[in-house]
Amino acid sequence: MYRIRFHGRGGQGMKTASRILGSAFFLQGYEVQDAPRYGAERRGAPIFAYVRAARQAIQERGIILEPDLVIVADDSLVPMPAAGVLQGIMPRTVLLIHSGETPETWRHRLNIAGPLLTLPAEAAAGDGQRFAGAALAGAAARLVGVITSSALERAVQLELAGLGREIVSANLDQALAAYERMAPEAGRVSEGEVFAAAACRRPDWVELPLDEADAAAAAIHAGATSVEVRTGLWRTLRPVIDYPRCNRCWWVCSEFCPDSAIRVNAGQYPEIDYDHCKGCLICVAQCPAHAISAVPEAQA
Amino acid sequence: MTRTLITGNAAAAWGARLAGAEYVPAFPITPQTEIIETLAGWIDAGEMDCRLVTLESEHSMITAAGAAASTGVRVFSATSSQGLLYAMEMIYAVPGYRAPFVLVNVSRGVQTPVTLEPDHNDVLAARDSGFLQLHCATCQEVLDSILIAYRLAEDHRVRLPALVNLDGFYLSFTREPVEIPDPAAAGRFLPPYDPESTRFHAGEPVSQGVAVLGGAYYSYFRYQQHLAAQRALAVYDEVAAEFAQQFGRRYDAVEAYRSEDAEIVFFMIGSFSTKAKDAVDRLREAGQAVGLVRPRLLRPFPAEALRRALEGKKGVAVIDQNLSMGMGGVLHGELAAALYGRAGMPPVLASFIGGLGGRDIAAEEFCEMAAVTRRACTEGSTPPPRLLYTADELRQMRKLQTVAHAERMEGKTT
Repeated sequence: MYRIRFHGRGGQGMKTASRILGSAFFLQGYEVQDAPRYGAERRGAPIFAYVRAARQAIQERGIILEPDLVIVADDSLVPMPAAGVLQGIMPRTVLLIHSGETPETWRHRLNIAGPLLTLPAEAAAGDGQRFAGAALAGAAARLVGVITSSALERAVQLELAGLGREIVSANLDQALAAYERMAPEAGRVSEGEVFAAAACRRPDWVELPLDEADAAAAAIHAGATSVEVRTGLWRTLRPVIDYPRCNRCWWVCSEFCPDSAIRVNAGQYPEIDYDHCKGCLICVAQCPAHAISAVPEAQA
Repeated sequence: MTRTLITGNAAAAWGARLAGAEYVPAFPITPQTEIIETLAGWIDAGEMDCRLVTLESEHSMITAAGAAASTGVRVFSATSSQGLLYAMEMIYAVPGYRAPFVLVNVSRGVQTPVTLEPDHNDVLAARDSGFLQLHCATCQEVLDSILIAYRLAEDHRVRLPALVNLDGFYLSFTREPVEIPDPAAAGRFLPPYDPESTRFHAGEPVSQGVAVLGGAYYSYFRYQQHLAAQRALAVYDEVAAEFAQQFGRRYDAVEAYRSEDAEIVFFMIGSFSTKAKDAVDRLREAGQAVGLVRPRLLRPFPAEALRRALEGKKGVAVIDQNLSMGMGGVLHGELAAALYGRAGMPPVLASFIGGLGGRDIAAEEFCEMAAVTRRACTEGSTPPPRLLYTADELRQMRKLQTVAHAERMEGKTT
């Protein structure tokens, strides 16, 4: 069975990528299971999606703990423990990072001996970088080595049908280009084993002790704890204020910010709290003077 | 045979569409919302002739469903978790209308604390309501169960609403290959609703939700619901046999997987039971006689079929993905009640609580549950109930509690 995990941020197309790859496997005659996993739905937060593909009916369910292939759409997630990108990586697990940096840099940075590849992120970031789903699905299809380009093509068309010919065609180009680019690595990913009952390790079960209600209640005894949650990590695009253009209306951007992440200072200029700005870009849309622009996080 | 990759939610929507649902009262809640969105999209595109109405709460939604069903239209609705609980007054009320409809519940753990991931405490809160309950393990089963549920609920020998349950995430958002029946074939199996006497005309007024004072009258009406639910067992067998004949997929009230010659069997409901099948296959490879027995029907409870499936087994590992505080696993108690005092029934029923709030049940945990149950059989004593919880999970919990405690004590002198 192939077990594949896609990591990215909400809105980067990881669910779509997993579905393109899932459909490509399915069109190739495999049994398939694919699913996204996220918490409270939110753009920019770390999410992952997974694909299982096998020749027999799939009975396994849930999160993939021992992946054959891990794909990362946004390289800023790699060092983030909450994103769990490196969870369960084995020596034979192939890691593919969508990044402007070289595989050597990543290998050194992560101290990983196993196979590590990169799919170069477009230098001119923007939308091309944000929606890397089709390209990464194309790369994955070649890395497993059992999916033809025509199956990939049909899968992209199937999954993106309804988005219009232009979008389908652009994504198809990206998917096929990535598929070609990975040609030297075709078949690099191998299928994982089914577990053997004889090799099963005994689970380390414990008796749950009874704690005092005061400690065992799911209560938070501190104020303003949301300040500690750095939701700025969810941002893929950063709103940047061009102060000479700001006409100091002193309220439009700050009023519209749904997270109260824009304050107006004593000089009546707005200031963005980047620790908590989620990058929704409502301020960019609302600013009457067009004084706020969106800059890709990687370039900010 | 054409198979398509769809989610459990899409399979539920297809079930409602192929059933020709005419009225859908709706209220959104994760992880169910995609069902209603899908139906709304089809209705909007003119692909489904149906009236969808968004209500102001699940309580109103179930009231509307019961009222609409009483007028003789085919009704479908869906909810989850807190939504089902919010509707609970009406969940208990509408079966008494004796007006059938189908409600899908996408299981999600209930608060407190709040979660999005599944366990079965939500649907089990409706256990004693008079709704029939069908529990699914795959996306295919979700679609097929909805068609079966309509036949069962609308049968004049039954006439009770039915609840079809699927697990959030593991089915709701998970795509699997599903054979979507041809509309004509679905229509042959489930023809348009013939409400018989369940109609509403302006000239023939009917009152529902009436009061009776005097326990004997009350007992009569309530016990009639019970008798109808029990009657549904035989009707289910007929309907499932007809479904198998037409579509080639068998849905016995109790699924028995490699259990005929098994010594130890897993007993559970829901999507994690496919993981149990995987474990059964692996344990069989290792020479262990293990099987799985899974009730698809939970109400009515297929006690006789379960006794047949479990007769002569040495032990049962009952895996409850629910928790009745101060008692333990609900299925464990239900199974014990069905087996107790009968000859030839397994002497050991080991109780395991696992998968609360979507916690995974690992392959090695299935192996260990089989081993614990086997040991208990050898020793001739039932082991204490076991929560599937590892030392590492407790360590993580203690870490969080330490941080929380430090924050709480910050700036305080003790």
